[in-house]
Amino acid sequence: MTDTQIPTEQRLDIRLSVNGVPHTTTVTPRRLLSDCLRHDLGLTGTHVGCEHGVCGACTVRIDGKPMRACLMFAVSAQGHEITTVEGLAEPDGTMHPVQQAFRECHGLQCGFCTPGFLTVVSAFLEENPTPTEEEAREAVSGNLCRCTGYQNIVKSVLRAAEITEERKGCAHAEGDAR
Amino acid sequence: MKPPAFRYHAPTDLAEALDALAEVGHDGKVLAGGQSLIPMLNMRLAAPAHLVDINGLSELAYVRTDPGGVAVGALARHAEVEADEAAHAVVPLLRQGLRLVAHPVIRNRGTTVGSLAHADPSGEMTAVLALLGGSMTLARKGSTRTVAVEDFFVGPLEASIEEGELAVAAYFPRLPGRTGTEFVEIARRHGDYAMCGVAAAVTVDDDLRIVSARAAYLSLSPVPLVLDLTDALIGRTADTAVWQDAATLAAGSLEPEGDIHATAEYRAQLAGVLTVRALRTATERAALVDPNGTTGTTSTERSAR
Amino acid sequence: MTTKMFGAPVQRTEDLRLLVGNGRYLDDLGEGSYEAAFVRSPHARARITGIDVTGALDVDGLIAIYTYEDLTGRVAEPLPLLIPHPALTHGRTAYPLAKEFVNHVGEAVVMVVATDRYLAEDACERITVEYEALPPVVGIENAHRADRLVHDDVPGNCAAHLVQEVGDAPAAIAAAPNRLELKLDIERSACMPMEGRGVYARWDAADESLRVYTSTQTSTGVRAAVAAKLDLPLDRVECVTPDVGGGFGVKIVHPWPEEILIPWAARLLDHEVKWTEDRREHFISAAHERGQLQTVRVGFDDDGRLLGLDVEILHDNGAYTPYGIIVPIITSTQLLGPYKPGAYRVDFRSLYTNTVIVTPYRGAGRPQGVFAMERAMDAIADHLGKDRTEVRAVNFIQPDEMPYDHGLLFQDGRPLIYDSGDFPGSLDALKKLVGWDEFEAYRARARAEGRRVGIGVACYVEGTGVGPYEGGHVQVETTGKVVVATGLTSQGQGHQTVFAQIVADELGVPIEDVTVTTGDTRRFPYAVGTFASRAAVMSGNAIALAARNVKAKALRIAGEALEADPRDLEIVDGQVRVKGSPGASVALGTVAVLSNPLRYAFDEASKAATQLTGKADFSKPPVAEDDEPGLEGRDYYSPPTATFANGMHAVIVETDPDTAEIRILRYCVVHDCGHLINPMIVEGQVHGGVAQGVGGALYERMEYDEHGQLVNASFMDFLMPYASEVPKIEIDHLETPSPLNPLGIKGAGEAGVIPAAAVFASAIEDAEGFPITRMPIQPSELFHLRKRFAAGEIPALRRGADHAAGTHR
Repeated sequence: MTDTQIPTEQRLDIRLSVNGVPHTTTVTPRRLLSDCLRHDLGLTGTHVGCEHGVCGACTVRIDGKPMRACLMFAVSAQGHEITTVEGLAEPDGTMHPVQQAFRECHGLQCGFCTPGFLTVVSAFLEENPTPTEEEAREAVSGNLCRCTGYQNIVKSVLRAAEITEERKGCAHAEGDAR
Repeated sequence: MKPPAFRYHAPTDLAEALDALAEVGHDGKVLAGGQSLIPMLNMRLAAPAHLVDINGLSELAYVRTDPGGVAVGALARHAEVEADEAAHAVVPLLRQGLRLVAHPVIRNRGTTVGSLAHADPSGEMTAVLALLGGSMTLARKGSTRTVAVEDFFVGPLEASIEEGELAVAAYFPRLPGRTGTEFVEIARRHGDYAMCGVAAAVTVDDDLRIVSARAAYLSLSPVPLVLDLTDALIGRTADTAVWQDAATLAAGSLEPEGDIHATAEYRAQLAGVLTVRALRTATERAALVDPNGTTGTTSTERSAR
Repeated sequence: MTTKMFGAPVQRTEDLRLLVGNGRYLDDLGEGSYEAAFVRSPHARARITGIDVTGALDVDGLIAIYTYEDLTGRVAEPLPLLIPHPALTHGRTAYPLAKEFVNHVGEAVVMVVATDRYLAEDACERITVEYEALPPVVGIENAHRADRLVHDDVPGNCAAHLVQEVGDAPAAIAAAPNRLELKLDIERSACMPMEGRGVYARWDAADESLRVYTSTQTSTGVRAAVAAKLDLPLDRVECVTPDVGGGFGVKIVHPWPEEILIPWAARLLDHEVKWTEDRREHFISAAHERGQLQTVRVGFDDDGRLLGLDVEILHDNGAYTPYGIIVPIITSTQLLGPYKPGAYRVDFRSLYTNTVIVTPYRGAGRPQGVFAMERAMDAIADHLGKDRTEVRAVNFIQPDEMPYDHGLLFQDGRPLIYDSGDFPGSLDALKKLVGWDEFEAYRARARAEGRRVGIGVACYVEGTGVGPYEGGHVQVETTGKVVVATGLTSQGQGHQTVFAQIVADELGVPIEDVTVTTGDTRRFPYAVGTFASRAAVMSGNAIALAARNVKAKALRIAGEALEADPRDLEIVDGQVRVKGSPGASVALGTVAVLSNPLRYAFDEASKAATQLTGKADFSKPPVAEDDEPGLEGRDYYSPPTATFANGMHAVIVETDPDTAEIRILRYCVVHDCGHLINPMIVEGQVHGGVAQGVGGALYERMEYDEHGQLVNASFMDFLMPYASEVPKIEIDHLETPSPLNPLGIKGAGEAGVIPAAAVFASAIEDAEGFPITRMPIQPSELFHLRKRFAAGEIPALRRGADHAAGTHR
């Protein structure tokens, strides 16, 4: 049995910027960013599948770069812009091309791993807007999905690239019309 | 799977960080990228009383390249080092190894110095530093020392970082002359820790004959193992080399262990195959190196917050 | 004009929520609830000699600590044995918290409730449990040898011994011109959904009622179990299934200890309590499947036709048998695949080991059965020097032999009768798809390049849509919107979409107007659950029947309103109209208003309806004697037997001569599940199954050491495939409709995984030239098999050599 005195745990007031919205909350230093987003800020779109950094369900974007929210403490995320799945769509509710592509291509089944794929793919396509199928497969190869066999996820990545291009075309067309 | 409680320290510069480390002593751990540490905390395999978070130390978020090599600060993420063109030009083995470190998302957060300090013998960067004969810079309150790689790795997950010390930088020296390198590995799944990995460096003379051939081995020994395989290849060219001789020479010095993914014997087989593959590619690359090529000094800095 | 939805690749309605972060999974619920964590046994077999919780008492935020001694009433009894069977003579189940003994690493011993999970885990760490460690039983051979017992009162570690026989197989084999015996071994894997288990309970003290949310595959099952265990009337317990992050079988087991303990604690504490399983817990305290040792004896004629088949199976059921012996029963009956076995005898023993329980994982015993049969088929072809597909073809049940009665009892206790299927047609399609006949030329080219390639084939039949029943409820609201409910649950199969497709067609309404709820006992209290590829067949047909009832009623009421014969009416785009005269119509929503005589008009629709009702018939009451108010219908589908889907897979692999790495070059699937409701979703199911098959064949295994420790209990060492490990999957469909149900459909959920271990063994064996008898296989093992082969310890494939010699003599 343990007789050691349990020290009172530190609590820290932190500010986080998530999807462009500032939040303040109080956390213990060990509070994982995934838990803070989900349970302190109510952004439950970020999912927790393994808590050891392998499955990728918790992936969020930190200053644009995808990172595992289960392998970061909330307190370390201060001063960075965090983007979660809730922040991918346009403010008017228009789905992000990646979201639209996953729907069109049946890129999800149970949907649990999906937020992690969406954050990873949205970042990937910014770096590589016209991937080959092989590059698309490689891009999603750090995330586990148990439902889809990845076939339609890879398709979704390629389709998302097309949608992004199509939307650009539309924006240009509108611009020309003006 | 939630981490145990710890006292959190968030220094904003190196001096503060060293103060904090001096204060917490052996009860403290450094948090940089956290991609190895936090899983261990979540599984409660580690329970440090103090965590010193160095993510606020902008001054350590650098990749500095000079003609002699690449200095990587403690807060440079794997992905930043991997993407650094100047570093790649001077020490191509860095990118060759980094692209094999876990998955890109992990590399976005994990730090190169952190993975060296973690001293996992299956971590690619340990083999890279060992093969290049690099060094680590360790700072403590009031003093700094440089430790050569041979003295840095002490055992599995054990580096010669003392209580109160912080690994502030790693130095990856450029290999001289016409030297080509390659890093190959075989993992069960893409991105997993390798069952076996080999980093090779081959130097050729002006007639493209091999004058030096060395290989570093991953996941085969408690600390990164570098073997000089020159005897098996000396005087040969990429076309005339009998690569298997080098693999045979290497085999005599390898004592792999088995685990659930690969038996010792299978690991030895992989070591042989990968020795051949890595040496062959490194030799081919050596022929393409311009020995008189010069590189300027560049620096990539990033503000930590 | 309403487009026909059945058969169309309709995009999923669920995705609109799931893609933007608006899914609601178990752990997304219950903010502010207490959270539970468990102290679990670190020993595979031990006796608990003491539990000291004092060290935990000072933990900040601690609410309660419970051990077995604290459990009350029926909660203190062993968990139910869900599926009893006469052959299960020694069924054993665990207590919710270990009573005196623990029988596997991970068994729950102490439950801690705290204000959050971090603190609950802190408290767990500070609780000391003293154990007297006992030597465990690990591995099927050890269990069978029974030098030690898992349960002292279970002799031979044997939970069940079942023999089924048709004809005299040993005699048929003895008399056959050719005989072979195979010893086969298939290891454990697990469902491993991305979301683990989880339970969240809310006790309403004023109402004395309980609402349980659980990540389950059967909400009605959990509800009944919780009500019984907590001694509550059924109407005081509701069970709601939120979005479920994958099941694959593990969540059909119920009640899990936590599904009893969490509601029990919520009532006791009069506070919401939640438990969200973490990944480590899932590895060591949920369920695994697959592990079997098999001995297959076959006798066959010179064409390869089976004359007798005798199979003995040793099945590892883990430490307890809460789900009965369903898995080995399925293995022993579905082993037969598309073939006529001649005389058949199957004998299985279900054995206890000190490991995590074994319950159905997608495929549920079929992958093992198919492995046995298909290894035998390949061995027969090898023995005779025949093409592997030829031997299969001579054994096929022919389409004109359907329905085909095997003379056995299936997992539902009903006769094993195949209803339909065109096996020769499937095999032809597969050979064409993969290029079977051109493979030897390809192999020769590859060999010339120093590459080693092999092709494999495997066939299966899958009993889907087992009973006893499912129900559906369809209601047209006065807005014209249609709400549908069925009791079974969803874990990503797209039920909200496919059931809406069915209703849209049956009722003639736009699919956007149809909303489907599954797995909520408040909406539909009678159900069985989602397993055995049964949801589309069972609930799909029940919902179709319910929708037909609604349509009949709508036409009757509209007929009165429009003064037309209901037989002259049709429903198009939510409007009931006279065929050929679209002007005369009434909206379904208005019909819904008319169906429910109202005193009070409350909106425009009801006003309009009131005008339309016209003259009342004073001779009748407002609601006729044999009628009910409301435009709704409920119906059930309960088939006499399961419906049998089938499929055939082929794979081409390349094995590295140096590293023994196994690369998949092509993976081809021919699949027949009758009519496809939504081909996009069916293909998605096949894809997912194949990926799990790849995992089970080449990557995943549960690695227990001799002490019963699961040494790879993490995603780092339990190797689920990433996208980089799963090949492109090529699919062709046959659609042989089931004659058993109104929609002509068969289940599709499990199909993809079933033949994977068999097809990879077939292809690797073909590449290497020596028999593969053990799956999964990893490069390290293939490397050692090659060494043993080179040393003459493993025989080469015969490729008919001896047999040809024999027949020429």
